[in-house]
Amino acid sequence: MTVTYREALRMGLYEALENDELAFLMGEDVGRYGGTYAVSKGMLEKFGPERVRDAPLSELAFVGAGIGAALGGMRPIVEVMTVNFSLLALDQIVNTAAILRHMSGGQFAVPLVIRMSTGAGRQLAAQHSHSFEGWYAHIPGIKIVAAATIDDAHGMLGAALRDSNPVIVFEYPALFEAKGDLTESTVDITSAKVRRSGNRVTLITYGSCVAKTLEAAAEVDGEVIDLRVLRPLDTDTILNSVRRTRHAVVVDEGWRSGSLAAEIMARIMEQAFYDLDAPVARVCREEVPIPYPRHLEEAALPQPEKIVAAVKAMF
Amino acid sequence: MIEFKLPSLGADMDEGKLLEWKIKPGDAIKRGQVIAVVDTSKAAVDVEIWHDGVVQELITKPGETIPVGSVMARLRETGEAAAAPKAAAPFPEAPAPTPKAAAASVASVPPTLRKPASPAARKRAHELDVEIEKVTGTGPHGAVTLEDVEKAAEYAAPAPAPAPAPAPTPAPAPAPGADRQAEMRKAIGAAMSRSKREIPHYYLAETIPMHRAIEHLTRANEGRPVTERVLMGALQLKAVALTLKQFPELNGFWRDGAFQPGAGIHVGVAISLRQGGLVAPAIHDVDQRGLGDLMRALADLVKRARAGSLRSSEMSDPTITVTNLGEQGVEAVYGVIYPPQVALVGFGRIAERALAEDGALRAAPVVTATLSGDHRASDGHRGARFLAALREQLQRPEEL
Repeated sequence: MTVTYREALRMGLYEALENDELAFLMGEDVGRYGGTYAVSKGMLEKFGPERVRDAPLSELAFVGAGIGAALGGMRPIVEVMTVNFSLLALDQIVNTAAILRHMSGGQFAVPLVIRMSTGAGRQLAAQHSHSFEGWYAHIPGIKIVAAATIDDAHGMLGAALRDSNPVIVFEYPALFEAKGDLTESTVDITSAKVRRSGNRVTLITYGSCVAKTLEAAAEVDGEVIDLRVLRPLDTDTILNSVRRTRHAVVVDEGWRSGSLAAEIMARIMEQAFYDLDAPVARVCREEVPIPYPRHLEEAALPQPEKIVAAVKAMF
Repeated sequence: MIEFKLPSLGADMDEGKLLEWKIKPGDAIKRGQVIAVVDTSKAAVDVEIWHDGVVQELITKPGETIPVGSVMARLRETGEAAAAPKAAAPFPEAPAPTPKAAAASVASVPPTLRKPASPAARKRAHELDVEIEKVTGTGPHGAVTLEDVEKAAEYAAPAPAPAPAPAPTPAPAPAPGADRQAEMRKAIGAAMSRSKREIPHYYLAETIPMHRAIEHLTRANEGRPVTERVLMGALQLKAVALTLKQFPELNGFWRDGAFQPGAGIHVGVAISLRQGGLVAPAIHDVDQRGLGDLMRALADLVKRARAGSLRSSEMSDPTITVTNLGEQGVEAVYGVIYPPQVALVGFGRIAERALAEDGALRAAPVVTATLSGDHRASDGHRGARFLAALREQLQRPEEL
C-alpha cells in the first residue's frame, strides 16, 4: 500500500490508540485542531477527549503530567510540537523521566513516549529548525529513535509503546509528503538498517538525511546505514560495514561540534581504526543559525552534492 | 641513559630469544656494532645498536625469550656518569641521570614526520612485509592506501642486478637464517664476479615515451576488478618478449665458447627478497601469454619467490633477465648480465619529462630502458636496433 509519511504516522497513532486502551495522546493542538501537522486529525472524534487531550501551552507541565500518568500505569503518548519547544521540558525529560528508574532503585518504570518533529528544510527560520537529536542521544535512560522511512513512521510508535522505558520518537516534517510502500506491520527499535548496499564507502545517517544520502550513494557506490536508533547506537552494524568498505562518512543534520556525528566517528576510530583507509569524514549542518531564505537554508544543510564531494575527497 | 630494546627483525616477529651477548658491562660500544645474537622464528640474527655508549647493565639473560620492545640492556651515553647499580630498579632514570644528560636525550629525539598512510594500509603493509616509506601514495594528500600497499606487494620490488645462484632459494634444508643469507650473498657474489670477469658488457639506453602504454593500460584496467588489474611491469615484460622475437641473438646462453639460442622466450624477473638478496626466476613463454595471464604469473612468482618455494625450472630456464627499479625511483638501471645469459633489460622510473615529438614540445611520461649486452653474442648495432624496436613496440600497446 502506498502512503505518505504523514499518513503512515497517522496510521501508527490510530493503531496505538485502538490497540491499547491505556494509551492516550496529549499535547498542544492535538485534539480540536487535529495536530499541527495534521497527524492526529480525526482522532478526537474517534477516541474522545479522555484519550485525545489538548494541553495548555506549557511543555514543562504536560510532559511532567505524562511522566505522572506513566508512573500511574497509563501509556501516555505526549506530543511536543517540535524539538525547538522541547527545551522547555528538558528538566522533566532529563531530570525525571530518564533517571527515575535508577533513582527509585528499579521500583518505578516510566513507560512514556514523547513524539516530536525535528529538523530544518521548510523555511521555518532559526528558532523552528533545530536538530537536537544528538543532544537527547547524549542522555542515558531514554531511548531515542528517528523515523526516516514510511515503515518506521508507521511502526516506531507501536514499538515505543511496548517499551517500558521513556522513548522519544523523532518525526521529520521535511519528509511528511514523501510517499512509499508500507511493507512491514511492525518494526524493531533496536537496530540500524542498511538502506542500500555498496562497496566503496559507508554512509551513516538518520532522519531526513537518509533520503539525501541515498541519492548521493548511487553516485559513489556507497552503502547507506540508517541509524534509526540514536540511543543506544547499533555500533555493530556500522562497524561491519566500515570494516568492509574501509571508508566512512557520517551525514548529520545537526551542527558538527559535539554532534552525534562526532560520537559515531569516535566509535569507528575506537573500534575499526586499523580497518580505515582514510580519515572518517562528516557532512553536517553549517555552524550558523538556520537562515530563512530558501537558497541559504539549503546551503546550510547537508545536501547530496556535499556528500558526494566528501566521499570523493577520501580517494 | 640509553635503553636498548629488542628491535623487530621482521614484520612477523613479535618475540625473540637471546642466544648470546657480544658485549659485557663496561664495554665501550660504537654505533653499528653487533651487540647480540637473537633467534627469531626464522633465523639467528646479529643485532646491531645505533648509539655509541658504555654498557651499564645487561638485563636479558641468554636463553630468555622476550617480546619485541623489551629493554634488553642499558647503556650510558658517552660522557655520562655511571649510575649507581641500583639503577636497575623499575624506574632506572629516577636515581640520578644528570639534568644535562636528560635534556640531551630529550633533544636527541626530534619528532619525525611519518609518511601519510591509512591505518588499514599500515596494517596490511605489516602483514605483507612491505616498507610503507617506499610505497607511492595515491590517497588524499598523497597518503598510502591499502590498495597501494597491495599493489606494491604484488609488484616485486625488483633489484639492481639480477643474478643469484639457483641453489640458495629452493634450499632443501632450512639452514639457520644467518647462514642462509650468507649463502645467498656468496652465491650472488660468485655469479656477479664471474659475469664481470667473463662477459664483455656493452650498455645502451633509450628514452621511451609511455603515454600510449599508460593510456592503454588505464583503459584496459577500467573494466577489471582491483585484484586483476595489470601493472606496467607486466606490460613491459610482454613488450620485451615480443621484441626479442626479432633479436634471437639476445635471447639465450653463451656456453662453451658459442652462442646457443633459447628454446623459448623465458624472461627472468629480478625479485628482491625481504631478508636481502634477490632471485630472478623465469616466467615461461612470455611472448605467448596474454597480459592478464602474465600479470597473474608475475604476482604468483613474486609471492613464491618471497616464500622460498620456487621450482628448479624457474631458476635455471631464464633466457634473458628484466630488472625494473622504477618503483625504487631511479632514472635508469645498468644491470649485470646473469651468466650464462647474454643480455639484460632494465627499466627505470616512469616520470614526466619534456618530450619533443612531431616538432612539438610537451610534457609526457617517459621511461629509460637499458640493455646490457654480451659483446661475444651481439654487437651494439643490433642492441641499438633492439631498444629502438622496443620503443616502437611500446607505442603500439594494443598488440601486447
